[in-house]
Amino acid sequence: MESLLEVENQVVDTFSMFDEWLDKYEYLIDLGKNLDSYPEEKKTEDRLIKGCQSRVWLDYEVKDGKIFFTADSDAIITKGIISLLIGVYSGRTAEEISSSDFSFVDKIGLKENLSPTRANGLVSMIAKIKEVALLNK
Amino acid sequence: MTVEEVRSNFPILNQKVYGKDLVYLDNAATMHRPVSVVQKWEDCCFLTNSNIHRAVHHLADLATEEFESARVCVQNFLNASQKEEIIFTAGATASINLVAFSFGEAFIQEEDEVIVTEAEHHSNIIPWQMMCQRKKAHLLVWKVDDFGRLALEDLNKLITPKTKILAMTHVSNVLGLVNDIDGAAKICHSHGVKILVDGAQGIVHQIVDVKKSDVDFYAFSGHKIFAATGVGVLYGKKELLDLMPPYMGGGEMIGTVKFTGSTYAEVPYKFEAGTQNLAGVPTLKPALELALNLREPEIVAYHEEVKKYLYETLMDDKRIRLLGIPEKLANKIALFSFVVEGVHHEDLALILDKMGVAVRSGQVCAEPLMDRMGVTGILRASLAMYNTMEEAQYFIKSLNRAIDMLL
Repeated sequence: MESLLEVENQVVDTFSMFDEWLDKYEYLIDLGKNLDSYPEEKKTEDRLIKGCQSRVWLDYEVKDGKIFFTADSDAIITKGIISLLIGVYSGRTAEEISSSDFSFVDKIGLKENLSPTRANGLVSMIAKIKEVALLNK
Repeated sequence: MTVEEVRSNFPILNQKVYGKDLVYLDNAATMHRPVSVVQKWEDCCFLTNSNIHRAVHHLADLATEEFESARVCVQNFLNASQKEEIIFTAGATASINLVAFSFGEAFIQEEDEVIVTEAEHHSNIIPWQMMCQRKKAHLLVWKVDDFGRLALEDLNKLITPKTKILAMTHVSNVLGLVNDIDGAAKICHSHGVKILVDGAQGIVHQIVDVKKSDVDFYAFSGHKIFAATGVGVLYGKKELLDLMPPYMGGGEMIGTVKFTGSTYAEVPYKFEAGTQNLAGVPTLKPALELALNLREPEIVAYHEEVKKYLYETLMDDKRIRLLGIPEKLANKIALFSFVVEGVHHEDLALILDKMGVAVRSGQVCAEPLMDRMGVTGILRASLAMYNTMEEAQYFIKSLNRAIDMLL
C-alpha cells in the first residue's frame, strides 16, 4: 500500500495538470458527484462541521485500527473538497493521519482560491479530521 | 450620456479578475465610488479637514460649510421641507436603530404593536425586535404573497388601535419589488400610525419625494448611492424628531451639561453625537449629483432594456425560479434573486466568480424571507446604471455554463 505522503503527492500532481481554476472545479465537481451516498439519518447536528457556509456532514468508523470516513454536503464543490480529503485520509490509522501536516492542501492552492468563508470551511474540515484521529489514537 | 460615459466615472470597473473582464453585479451590496466622490473625500482631508460646528478658525468654517451644505443637498434630493429634518448617521442600519430606540422611548407603551413586513432584511427587523422586547410591545408581520408582493388591504386588516408604527422597505434586497409606500403611508396615517421606510435599495432606483409620499421617516446608506461608506441618512418629520429623545450622548448634541442633568441641542444636532463623518458626509453631494444626472432619459431607457433582457431570459429558463415577480416590470428594479433546481447557490457563485462575474449568494441578510419563499439561499445579480447589455449577456452565458458544469 502506498504511504499517506505518496497519496498526498498524487493529489498535488493531479492538480498541477490543470491550467485553469475552472478545470480544477470541474474535477472537484466530479469528485463530489461520485462520492458514495451518505445515509439521510446520519445528517445530524452532531455530524455537521461547524464553520462551513454550506452544510457538511462527516461520519467515521474504526475498523482494524483504521479510520474510515464518510461525508456529504448540500453544495457540490464543497462535497468535492471533502471527498478529496477523505479520499486521502480514509483507511489510514490515527497515527498516520496525525503525522500528516496537511500541507498538500496548500500545495494545490485550494485555500487561497476559495472565498474566505469557504476557506474557513476547508480549515474546519481539516480540523475535524485531525480531531477524529486524536480521539482514536 | 452613453453607458460608456457613465462607466468612465468608475475606474474600478476597468479591470480584470482571473484574467477576465470584471462584471460587477453585486450593486445591491454596495455601489462603486465615482472619481468625483473620491475627489471630494480627498479635498475634505487635504484642504478643509477640521472639526465642525466648534472652532471659530477658518478651516473649521470651511469644514462646517462642506458638511452643512450636504444636508441641504440631501434635503433637496428627498424634497424634504426643512434641512433640520435630515440627520446624518453611519448608515441605513444606524438610522433605523436610531428611530427604533428614540421613537420607542417616546411613543411605545406596554402591549403596543409594531408592524414590519415579511420582505425586510435583518436591519429592519432586529432593531424593532429589540425595542419591542424592551418595551414589552408586540412585533407583527405584514406577509407577502407567493410572488413576494405586499397587499395594502392586508395592512389595513393588521392595524389595531394599539399599532404605533409600520417599518417597511421601499424595495426589498431579495425581491427587488417596489412597494407602494405612498399607499401604505395613507393607510397608516388614517389610523394615526407612523411609517418608517427603509430606502437602502430604493434610494438609488426610485425618485424619492418624502413630501409627496408623506412618510414619517426615510432611511438610506450613502454607499449604496455612490457616496463614501460609513455615511447614512435619516429623514424624519421635524414634529416627531422634536418629541424623540436622543439616541446617543456626547459631543455637540447638548444644550448645557451639568452633573445634575443636561439639556439637549435642537434637531438635527440632538441626534448627531460625537465627531461626525467629516470627510464622508460631504461626498453625498457629488454622489447625489451623479444620481440626478443618471436620470437622463437616454441612460434610463438603456438600463430598462438591460433589465428587461435579464428578466425575460431568467423567467423563460425552466430550470430557474426567480423570486419577486412584479405585476408589471416597472415595479421591479434590476435585481434578480433566484434558485436553480438541483444546484447549490454557493457553487454557482464560486464558478461565476472564476469567470469574472461578481454576484451574491446565500441568505443576503434576509433569513425570514428565505424561509417564507422555501429556499435556503439564493443567487442574486443586482445591476447599476453602469452595467452594460454585453455584461448582462455574458452573465447569462456564464450562468448557463456554470449550471451545465454542476448538473
